Amino acid sequence: MVSITPHLILGFLATGPRHGYDVKHEHVARFPRARPLAFGQVYATLNRLLRDGLITTTGVDRAGGPDRTFYQLTEAGRQRLESWLSTVEPPAPYVTSALLAKVMVALTVSGVERATAYLTAQRAAHTARLRELTAVKTDPRASLTERITADFAIHHLDADLRWLTTTLDRIADLHREVHS
Amino acid sequence: MSPVLHARGVVKAYGPTPALRGVSLEVSPGEILAVTGPSGCGKSTLLHCLAGILRPDAGEVLWRGQRIDTWSEARRSTLRRGEFGIVFQFGHLVAELTAAENVALPLLLAGVRRRAARTAALTWLDRLGVAEVADERPGQMSGGQQQRVALARALVTEPRALFADEPTGALDSLTGEAVLGHLVRVAREQQTTVILVTHDATVAAYADREVVLRDGAVDRTGLGLSPVTDSSAGDR
Repeated sequence: MVSITPHLILGFLATGPRHGYDVKHEHVARFPRARPLAFGQVYATLNRLLRDGLITTTGVDRAGGPDRTFYQLTEAGRQRLESWLSTVEPPAPYVTSALLAKVMVALTVSGVERATAYLTAQRAAHTARLRELTAVKTDPRASLTERITADFAIHHLDADLRWLTTTLDRIADLHREVHS
Repeated sequence: MSPVLHARGVVKAYGPTPALRGVSLEVSPGEILAVTGPSGCGKSTLLHCLAGILRPDAGEVLWRGQRIDTWSEARRSTLRRGEFGIVFQFGHLVAELTAAENVALPLLLAGVRRRAARTAALTWLDRLGVAEVADERPGQMSGGQQQRVALARALVTEPRALFADEPTGALDSLTGEAVLGHLVRVAREQQTTVILVTHDATVAAYADREVVLRDGAVDRTGLGLSPVTDSSAGDR
């Protein structure tokens, strides 16, 4: 599987040289609802990209505070980024998620009632989150980035909710068959 | 806060086919309530009963503490015209009238003078972002514009309650989002109580609260397992 973080950093550097601190903050601005990149992860990735000749250093900013090294994309880095952007992501061949795992285990170990109780609680949590994200994207002050990231999460939650409902229907059918 | 709208054990059947099997719910003033559930679960029938369009076979519907299910059609019609606004999936605009004339219609029926009705209609078209179609007929407008005009017509009388049945069901997602955004914003500004019927969880998420129906009854799991023939959903 191709790692995403190095390509995100190549993408941030594609618009001009930046130092590590800038890269971290660019990530927060672009993906406000994603888990933030740790500084350690940013610098470790920059070092790997440097080692692989995909970026190069262009100078150091010494104006007040600690030294900051600027990085910029090399031609090889630009080609790598283009290649990544041109590659279609394969639909995930194996679906794994904590949601699915819990339902399967609950059905196997604890039976229909436990699975139903879990799904009921999960649906309430999903619905509450859906409402929060809808408030975010409908806020007139929301930026385009915030709307796009909220939409992404909303559509994934909606897919989960549809799956929850279908699963309950299947469980109900099974329950009726076994007890008829 | 005491409920402004209250259903107690509402039952409704179409011939031998049961549509509602004892639905109870309460709606607070200014609340936006989504009624959701799969197709055929009875949510549109419930909306029609709550809005006084249909009379339940059994049970009670109370609006501001008064039972309206026992009222005559004429009295319910007066209530609907004066205090309720209703929007359906397809705007049901009058094809021969312009947008402004469609929106002014409920005011004219209520005896408002023509000039004042037109002024109010233009104000509402502007609030819903469709002032530019004021003099166009429905056939000349996009689906999203028609639905916003229908919403303006439902709101022009400044109703206490708005009943919306799949108001974005026929629209693409961004147009639907714009219509819902307007609906929710205006409802909050006017403190209008909203009953929003939808099968879509992403639409229901615009509401403050959700009631899920399944096979004509409130499904308290929200998931669609064993239907509860409900006369005790916290209101007895």
